[in-house]
Amino acid sequence: MKGNEAIAEAAIRAGCRFFAGYPITPQNEIPEYMAKRLFEIGGSFIQAESEVSAINMVYGAAGTGTRSMTSSSSPGISLKQEGISYMAGAELPALVVNMVRAGPGLGGIQPAQGDYFQATKGGGHGDYRMVVFVPASVQEMIDLIRHEVFEIAERYRNPVMLLGDAILGQMMEPVTLPDPVDPKSLPQKTWATTGTGGTRKPNVINSLFLDPELCEKHNFRLQEKYRQMAEREVRVEELNMDDAEIVLTAYGTSARVAISAMKRARAEGLKVGMIRPITAWPFPGEPFRRAAERVRAFLDIEMSAGQMIEDVRLAVMDRAPIYFYNRMGGMVPTPKAVLEEIRKIDQMVKRDELGGRSGV
Amino acid sequence: MSVKVFERPKALSDVILHYCPGCTHGIIHRLVAESIDELGVQEKTVGVASVGCSVLGYNYFNVDFQQAAHGRAPAVATGIKRCLPDRVVFTYQGDGDLASIGTAEAVHAAMRGENITIIFVNNAIFGMTGGQMAPTTLIGQTTTTSPGGRKPERAGRPIRISEMLSQLEGAAYIARVATFNATQVARAKQAIKKAFQTQVDGKGFALVEILSTCPTNWGMTPNEALKWQEENMLPVYPLGEFKIEPGLPRSSGAAGSAAKTTVPTREVKTE
Repeated sequence: MKGNEAIAEAAIRAGCRFFAGYPITPQNEIPEYMAKRLFEIGGSFIQAESEVSAINMVYGAAGTGTRSMTSSSSPGISLKQEGISYMAGAELPALVVNMVRAGPGLGGIQPAQGDYFQATKGGGHGDYRMVVFVPASVQEMIDLIRHEVFEIAERYRNPVMLLGDAILGQMMEPVTLPDPVDPKSLPQKTWATTGTGGTRKPNVINSLFLDPELCEKHNFRLQEKYRQMAEREVRVEELNMDDAEIVLTAYGTSARVAISAMKRARAEGLKVGMIRPITAWPFPGEPFRRAAERVRAFLDIEMSAGQMIEDVRLAVMDRAPIYFYNRMGGMVPTPKAVLEEIRKIDQMVKRDELGGRSGV
Repeated sequence: MSVKVFERPKALSDVILHYCPGCTHGIIHRLVAESIDELGVQEKTVGVASVGCSVLGYNYFNVDFQQAAHGRAPAVATGIKRCLPDRVVFTYQGDGDLASIGTAEAVHAAMRGENITIIFVNNAIFGMTGGQMAPTTLIGQTTTTSPGGRKPERAGRPIRISEMLSQLEGAAYIARVATFNATQVARAKQAIKKAFQTQVDGKGFALVEILSTCPTNWGMTPNEALKWQEENMLPVYPLGEFKIEPGLPRSSGAAGSAAKTTVPTREVKTE
C-alpha cells in the first residue's frame, strides 16, 4: 500500500470521520483517498480554500468530539501553525500530518527533514507542546495512527503530529491493516460542544484568558500536561545497542538508510548500534544518556542542516563525541555514504583515543 | 396581580455585558438570543465567537460555544456543522474579523453553501484594537491608521460584504439591517430570525449584516453615534434583503429597497 493512502486508511480505521485539507505535493493522496472513502462511511471531507481554513475546520470538528485530522506538507504546515497553537490553547485533540518536503520557502517536492524544529519546538506562538511521531515505515505509520495517535490526542486533549516525508508518503510497502474501530464505541467527550441538549450547562472551547492570573494558571496546567506527556509518551527503538561502540541516530527515511549502513558495518565487524526516535517530542533522551557512558561516538544522520542533533547533544552532554552527516534540499543519504562516515569515525575515534577527544 | 410582559431571553445569560456605553452589540446580542428562543433551538445551538469586541460572546449566550481565531469563525463553524448537521451553528463576527482577515473564510463558506448563520456586525472600524481603519471604514472617516481621514488612493474604498456575497450561488439569505432607531431594531430582529430560520430549513448559507456603532473609537456620544450611523453609513451601506433563496418568504417589514437579486442555481452535468 502507498504510504499516503495507508495514512488515510489507518485514520479511518482509527475512527477518524472528519478531514479538511488543501492540495500540496507530496501528500495529495491523503485528501484524495479521504474524499473517496469518508462519505461512504458517514464522515465528512472538505477541500478547504486554504491551509489556514482547513486547520480551523478541524478545530471546529474536533470541538464536536469527532475524531478529526488534516494533512499537508511543509509550506502548508507553516500556514496551519496558527490553528495548531489555538488547538493546543483550547485543548482540542486532532491529528496533523506533515509529509515534509524540502525548504525553506517553496523549496522542492522531494523528501527532507527540515521541519523538525517547527514540529518539536512549537512552530506556532505561545508555550505549547505536542507529541510528534516520526515513523520509518508504512506499517509503522498505520500502527501508530490506529493505536496511538488519537488515543494520545484525546487522553491529553492536544493535537498530535505525524511527521513523515515525501518518501514515506510515496513508497509502497506490503502492510497488514488493523481492525477498524467504530466511532460510536468510543467514550463520550463531556467537554464537546454538541448543543447542551437541555441537560447541562453550556460547554465553551476557548483559548482566551484576559486575566493574566488565570492565563498563567492555564499555562501552568498545560505545562503539567506536557510534563506528563514527556514522561509517558516517549517511543524509541534501540538496535544492536548491547555491544555498540558507534551509535547511529536518525529518524524516518534517514533511519532506514542508517539501518542499511549499520548492517553493512556489522558485516565488516564494526560494532555499530542505533537509537531511532519514534517520537521526536518527547525526545527519547534516556537511551542516549545511558549510551553516552560507554560508547565511543555517536553519528547523527539527518536530511536537514542538523536539527535533531541539538536534542542529541542535550542528552549526551559532552560525554561522548557526536558526529554529523547530512543531505538537504531533497537529497537522500545513501547507505554507502553513511558506511563511509562510520569507517571514518571509527578511524578518528581510534586516533583520538590515543591523543584526546574530538567531535563536531 | 402582576403579569410578566418582558423578560431576558433564555439564550442570553444573566450577566453584565462588557460593551462600551452606546455600542449596539448589546441590542444585537438580545436579537440573536430572542431568535434562538423563538425558534426553540437553544439546546441544539453551537455559537462561534470571533476575535474583536465580541470575543467574549461565549460569556453572554447561554449555548455551547467555540472561540475562533481572528477571521476563522466560518471555517470553525463549517467543521462543527459538517459533524453535527442537525444542530444550529452560528458565528458572531465584526467587520475587522469578517471583512478583513476573514474574507476568504466568509466567501468560501458562502460559496459552499454551508448551512450556517453569520451575524456580521459592521461599525466601520476596528473596535477592540483601538480604532484602526477597517475595510468598511468610510471615505474620509478618521481612524488611528487613517489619521487624515480614509483616502481612496491610499486605502481603497469601503467593501460591501452583503452585495458581494449575494452574488454567490451558495448564499441563501443575505440582508443588511441597522440599529439607529427602534424601527430599524425591529427590522433587524426579523432579518436575524429569518437567517436562523434559513438554516433550520436547511436552505444554506445565511448572513445578516447589522450596522452598528462605536461611540468610543468614533469619539462621539451614544446619541451622536446613532445619528452618524444613519446619516453617514446608510448612504454607503444601503439596507435591504440582497438574496433570498426561492421558497423563502419575504419579510413583511423588510427594510429598504435594495436590489433583490436571486441568482438561479445551475447544475453542471457530468458523464
